Amino acid sequence: MAELEVDVRGQTCPVPLVECRKAFKRASPGDLVIVKGTHPASKKEIPMACEAMGLKVLEIEDKEGGKEWEIKIRR
Amino acid sequence: MGEKAVIVLHSGDMDKVYSALIIGNGALAMGMEASIYFTFWGLMRLKKGELEKGPLSKMNMMGMGRQMIKKRMDKANVASLERLMSDFKELGGKIIACEMTMEIMGITKEELRTELVDEWGAVGTYIQEARNANITLFI
Repeated sequence: MAELEVDVRGQTCPVPLVECRKAFKRASPGDLVIVKGTHPASKKEIPMACEAMGLKVLEIEDKEGGKEWEIKIRR
Repeated sequence: MGEKAVIVLHSGDMDKVYSALIIGNGALAMGMEASIYFTFWGLMRLKKGELEKGPLSKMNMMGMGRQMIKKRMDKANVASLERLMSDFKELGGKIIACEMTMEIMGITKEELRTELVDEWGAVGTYIQEARNANITLFI
């Protein structure tokens, strides 16, 4: 099982969602996708997209005193 | 077949082209299919070198308003329309070009970015696309 990192820190709508989707396409089932970002709406929308696509969100974590977030998803 | 979003892009205004491509990319990113039907002023944006050239829909002020908004968009790190178009295509989005607009405006295929166009059609193509769509928008 591979690990893919998606760094969308500093990116705004719709790039974080789009880059996640690209990573899900690249990843194989079972791979871990780690998304790092700063865009506030994407923090809740990425898990929404994962739910819609039947992917499991393992962890949503705030970083850098809430300025950044990290979401771990099982493809 | 999965869920689908079908957007009619009638406007060629920069801000509205942004709306269409952002919503289209959002739909694809959230696991839906998406297509954008470029018609009338929207079709002008498929001409070679014209995607980024639309005016602002309000307060364009001979391009001054547009320039101001563009500056603010750059500051907010908003992706370019070219980038959004390339993402849309990469994620499997479909572009439909309106043939009647081409006839009315006297546009030939050679003037358009044919490599982006998946289908050439008229109203029937839109209806067939939208018939089973979950989301359809006119922009």
